[in-house]
Amino acid sequence: MLIQSLAFYLFASVAIASGVMVISARNTVHAVLFLILAFFNAAGLFVLLGAEFLAMILIIVYVGAVAVLFLFVVMMLDVDTAAIRQGFLNYLPVGLLVGALLLGELAAVFGGWVLTPGVASKAPALDNTEALGRVLYTDYAFLFIGASMVLLLAMIGAIVLTFRQRAGVRRQDAATQINRRRDQAIELRKLASGSGA
Amino acid sequence: MPIADQLPLLWPELILGLGAMGLLLLGVFNGEGSARNVTLGAVATLLAALAVVVFAPPKTAQAFGGMFVTNDFVLFAKALVLAGSAATLVLALRFNAAEAIERFEFPILFLLSTLGMLLMISAGDLIALYLGLELSSLALYVLAAYRRDSARSAEAGLKYFVLGALASGLLVYGASLLYGISGTTSFAGVGRAINAAPGSLGALVGLVFLAAGFAFKLSLVPFHMWTPDVYEGAPTPVTAFFAIAPKIAALTLLTRVLQGPLFGLIDIWQQLFGVLALASMAFGAFAAIAQSNIKRLMAYSSIGHMGYALVGVAAGGASGVQGVLLYLTIYLVMNLGTFACILAMRRDGRMVEEISDLAGLNRTHPGLAMALAIFMFSLAGLPPLAGFFGKLYVFLAAVEAGFVGLAIAGLLSSVVAAYYYMRVVKVMYFDEPADAFDRPFGRVTTSILGATAVATVFFFLVLSPVLDSALRAAKSLFAA
Repeated sequence: MLIQSLAFYLFASVAIASGVMVISARNTVHAVLFLILAFFNAAGLFVLLGAEFLAMILIIVYVGAVAVLFLFVVMMLDVDTAAIRQGFLNYLPVGLLVGALLLGELAAVFGGWVLTPGVASKAPALDNTEALGRVLYTDYAFLFIGASMVLLLAMIGAIVLTFRQRAGVRRQDAATQINRRRDQAIELRKLASGSGA
Repeated sequence: MPIADQLPLLWPELILGLGAMGLLLLGVFNGEGSARNVTLGAVATLLAALAVVVFAPPKTAQAFGGMFVTNDFVLFAKALVLAGSAATLVLALRFNAAEAIERFEFPILFLLSTLGMLLMISAGDLIALYLGLELSSLALYVLAAYRRDSARSAEAGLKYFVLGALASGLLVYGASLLYGISGTTSFAGVGRAINAAPGSLGALVGLVFLAAGFAFKLSLVPFHMWTPDVYEGAPTPVTAFFAIAPKIAALTLLTRVLQGPLFGLIDIWQQLFGVLALASMAFGAFAAIAQSNIKRLMAYSSIGHMGYALVGVAAGGASGVQGVLLYLTIYLVMNLGTFACILAMRRDGRMVEEISDLAGLNRTHPGLAMALAIFMFSLAGLPPLAGFFGKLYVFLAAVEAGFVGLAIAGLLSSVVAAYYYMRVVKVMYFDEPADAFDRPFGRVTTSILGATAVATVFFFLVLSPVLDSALRAAKSLFAA
């Protein structure tokens, strides 16, 4: 129990600290790296709750895909943080207001939230990855295959919209390089001395 | 029921899905040169699925625990969608070659989009509904931006994508509320929960959000903003596809959802969709008057036509559903013909899209002018052309259901709409001729043009068999 509490406080405090760093770091690449750290700690919290499937998904999807996408965007776009910080004080009241509203709504939701008895119960001796797998590939097989078609379509769509073959690009082709013979590449000429090529 | 017994119900979907993947492999291994063959293969796949749908023994059945439903109504809608997709893909063949934008991914996107439409027509579950809708829309976003070098096409794709994603969000929010009140995503379960507590606020808000999502897909006023820009910017065969197949799929799915799980709220949704229909008919009629681009004109025309079809949905009952199916059948034929005419508008190897480019068409291309005039008269709803019967049966259903005001408003807006359809005819027959269009139009374009024109003129000959099968389809919806 003690180890669990220690792990919880470790994950929670690192998650909060890295969350603060995400919004306060001057270098945007650092901010994204702190975001990844926050994701990892949140995954740790999920494991402590016994939701190992969510933890895996968080790492695979958010760290593996979303954060990498952010990194790409941050590195490719020239984000001028000084320009963004300009007028920070003007927007502060509005931002605080929106934040306070959201906080109030969250408090209202959690205040009135009662877990229906029986909803959270789970089948005995079945961890949640296995429980999901049992319905995903049986009852929901139809939807699972449908979703795979959507993913296939997304891949095709991305290729159609972005991939283009440029003419005049020199590509390295190992086979032609190796198959070239000496007489195709070298020409011997007799030069009269003093007259040049 | 073992899975081997359920799979035969999914033959059309299996053909499209496997066909799309097989053709994709073919295209990838044979490179860009195979675009034409892949397109022909895709047309054959669509026709094969159409044959299965048409000749399938009609029966009411479900598969995968009720997530997939089939009956006469579903088969009727699928036949329309498949026919529309196949015909627009054939039209695209020549256009893409002429514009040098042939790529083998184009027909694959068409196939996957059509697959999504079939899945949504058959949906018996909120998740299946959303999945089918996303599959079809995602392909449409890419198709809208398919011509990458054109800024207008990219703009169309981006606009459609951003607004479409928002609409999907609204739809899923509505679906989540319905799930919240019923604790299940199946249509049957949602229907039971709504019947048990008809006045519940969750069901009401869920219905409204679901309706907003559908209204966007159908480009009903006030969710129509994207339509003219997307229609204008997208490549013309893609515009034809937008105007036909997704509209049919979304409207039939909407009909099924309203007559199925949401039937307990009929008093509310009749008003809701009555207002949407009224606004779409009126807006489609008045806003089209000022258009000079024929593709934008067709966009407003399709907004108006979705409004007329929605009158049948709002009327409810077997006769309303029958009217909707008849309307969609006629809408398919008329729009296909009109877009075949628009695709024939090429001058010096380039598309021209202004209505003024049609000036004096009667003297340069009498046949084309005649066909386009037929389609314009039919779209306006003049008897004895096909469009008249479509309007007649939805308005009759509305009067039967007691929506006399809606029917009268529909009549008045068709009178206004007739003005801008007639204007096209006037430009073709009475203005000084502009330069002639390029010849030949292509055998496929000409034959689709001719076939749809003949079908539009002589529709009254096949009216009663079409009405009978539409009625059978409508009744199958109520038997379940």
